Amino acid sequence: MIELMNQLNFAFPYIIRAMALLSIVALGGLFSERSGVVNIALEGIMIMGAFAGAWTMIIVMNNMNIPLQWNAFIGLSVGAITGMVFSLFHAFAAIHMKSNQIISATALNFFAPAFAIFTARSVTGDRALNVRLDYAISEVPILSNIPILGPWLFTNAYLSTYLAVIIFIVAYIVLYKTPFGLRLRSCGENPHAADSLGVNIYKIRYAGVMISGALAGLGGVMFVLSFSTRFDGAVAGFGFLALAVLISGQWKPIRLILIAFLFALFRVISEIPDELVGIRNLNLPQEIWRMLPFIATLVILAITSKGSAAPRAVGEPFDAGKR
Amino acid sequence: MDYVIEMIDITKEFPGIKANDQVNFKLKKQEIHALLGENGAGKSTLMSVLFGLYQADEGHIKVRGQEVDIRNPNDANDLNIGMVHQHFKLVHNFTVTENIILGSEDTKYGMLTYQNARQKIKELSDRYKLKVNPDAKIEDISVGQQQRVEILKMLYRQAEILIFDEPTASLTPQEIEELMKILKGLTKEGKSIVLITHKLNEIRQVADRCTILRKGKSINTVVVKDTTNEQLAEMMVGRKVVFELEKTKAKPKDTVLQVKNLSIKQKEGSKLLVKNVSFKAKRGEILCIAGIEGNGQTELVYGLTGMMPIQEGSILLKDNDITGLSIRNRSLTGLSHIPEDRQRHGLVLDFTLENNLILQNYFTSKFHHRGFLKFEAIRENAERLIDQFDIRSSRGPISLARSMSGGNQQKLILGREIDRNNDLLIAVQPTRGLDVGAIEFIHQQLIDQRDQGKAVLLVSLELDEVMNISDRILVMYEGELVGELDPSKIDEKELGLYMAGSKRGEIS
Repeated sequence: MIELMNQLNFAFPYIIRAMALLSIVALGGLFSERSGVVNIALEGIMIMGAFAGAWTMIIVMNNMNIPLQWNAFIGLSVGAITGMVFSLFHAFAAIHMKSNQIISATALNFFAPAFAIFTARSVTGDRALNVRLDYAISEVPILSNIPILGPWLFTNAYLSTYLAVIIFIVAYIVLYKTPFGLRLRSCGENPHAADSLGVNIYKIRYAGVMISGALAGLGGVMFVLSFSTRFDGAVAGFGFLALAVLISGQWKPIRLILIAFLFALFRVISEIPDELVGIRNLNLPQEIWRMLPFIATLVILAITSKGSAAPRAVGEPFDAGKR
Repeated sequence: MDYVIEMIDITKEFPGIKANDQVNFKLKKQEIHALLGENGAGKSTLMSVLFGLYQADEGHIKVRGQEVDIRNPNDANDLNIGMVHQHFKLVHNFTVTENIILGSEDTKYGMLTYQNARQKIKELSDRYKLKVNPDAKIEDISVGQQQRVEILKMLYRQAEILIFDEPTASLTPQEIEELMKILKGLTKEGKSIVLITHKLNEIRQVADRCTILRKGKSINTVVVKDTTNEQLAEMMVGRKVVFELEKTKAKPKDTVLQVKNLSIKQKEGSKLLVKNVSFKAKRGEILCIAGIEGNGQTELVYGLTGMMPIQEGSILLKDNDITGLSIRNRSLTGLSHIPEDRQRHGLVLDFTLENNLILQNYFTSKFHHRGFLKFEAIRENAERLIDQFDIRSSRGPISLARSMSGGNQQKLILGREIDRNNDLLIAVQPTRGLDVGAIEFIHQQLIDQRDQGKAVLLVSLELDEVMNISDRILVMYEGELVGELDPSKIDEKELGLYMAGSKRGEIS
């Protein structure tokens, strides 16, 4: 029993970390898709955010003497802004030019890693940017002493996780309790209804895509901070995984969190199977565990996409003349 | 003057077509003013100009005597003009209240509040007897109720001038009846109404005056009670229209289609949509399946034509068991089908007219030779049918189906199905959304088919159609056949009772 508890205490911070990352990026996708714009560029936007955030943090670190968590906060903000700006390309193509949204997002996905690696190499001579430092908060005073939850949520945690919780709550309220949220959701379901009542579809969709860009960019920096401490032009497929979370979560915030937890769990099992005694004792080859998150993605998608509740107008450019 | 709307010399041109040509339209306060015209006569365009969806190229609009410039629906809204569109503009997974407040929400500290809105909606709903539950989700309520939500949307925004674009197109007879009462109630409360329609009966029932449009021009404005239906129809289509079709008594011969104990299950779930249905259709008669929408007629036809699997029972076509055959093989055995949804199941919208005409026989030696299509034969086929069925389009055989009007799309399908010379013709809602001229033509064709010794199975929701052209009526209610009637021996009222399920009879 104590052994199991230790195992959980050890694994939980990892799960929480992956879950926070997945749900924030998936939440970004949710804002875009529920406004009616498909956004499979999450991966690309994450990469751009991660690149800009990591670079900023290195510059700040080398030139200024400020506390570590402040620097993390600066990095996250820069990542979010970069993501928002980068997503404008997709927004412009998809909303104003009425282009195919899959194609324009794919273009972003191709562009981002190439641009990031090229720029990193011309600046530093190396294809990677090393953030090096460990940004984890070893323990939050007082709260870390709470039984069970203390070790799970308040030790070896990251600022970005708490930020994610706040963002999530705010996003939920915006989506379901404000006029903006009501309008955003109506644009994804039936933009003609919204249009006939004087809602500006273009504005709302731009806002939706920009929010998704900001959250994906933020997610990119979260990835650098809590998963790798270096940026080498990729975010380990988290953007695409977030897309799967979004779809399995049926475009609904609460379900999305539950699915994110499930995905995060499999991801952690796959990454540290040797550290978890119960799993190590099964004596399966590592490759099996490595495959787990991807197999789980397929299975979960196959099960959940049956009653798919995608926003009805998602992917359709708005054309006021078409009825 | 007490006109609330004056539209003077409105001209609106689209590439290649003058949709409105110097149209004049004046609406009095508290009247129901019908706007009558065939499909494509420019009714919707004119009202879209008034509602701010389009800008007129020429002409001007006065609202309550003031010259105005309406650039978008918001401007129209500010002038208290509201419109109920033919295709409802509702968000299916929102509640009634959410749909109504969208775009003009109440907030408290930036958060949505619903109390005031719900209260107001309830009051409006009671006052105009709309009977709408403000908390129901749109996807859970009937089409008639959805329309009333659209009406509430306008009333909520203090609309005084209400435009209804073909409001009865998707309603059941009972819902139409209720809507007519609501319209009258609205004018009593001081509203003024424009009713876009091509149904003469509705105009007769509620409208005070009627403006007739034809080919983009305003032909006349008349007082309805001083004008006969014949006169209205003549002004609308520009020639005399035959209302009572010449029809001799049916001479039923041998059975073509025999359906035995047919049951069809819901796609998902286990509810039976068609329950143990048996009937025979004979040569030389028009057999009509009547019923209110959603009572299993659609599924019955899907089952007969092979578009949906059946649960139990058998289907015999000219003594061949076609129960297990594919759609193509049923069609080759001798079944023609004019589908309910002509755009989804009847046509490939982005194909040309001539290619749409060979969808079921492109693989026969008539149109194909060693793996290649015979383009000359296809063209000749198209030219022959265009001529025979008077199919009008902008570019003849090479027009895209999408670019054709609804009536001509239907003539295309009708021509294709009749030309295949099969023994059974299944026609589902063949005149839905068409104008009198096209309806007349299609009814005549169905009767001709009967007289040539074909069996015609007509599925219709329109009481007029059922009464006028069928020789025998089967009424379907909740998936069952509940009555077999002779149209010459009953009236519409009695038929309505069977359709509503309050009367049952014997099936031979």
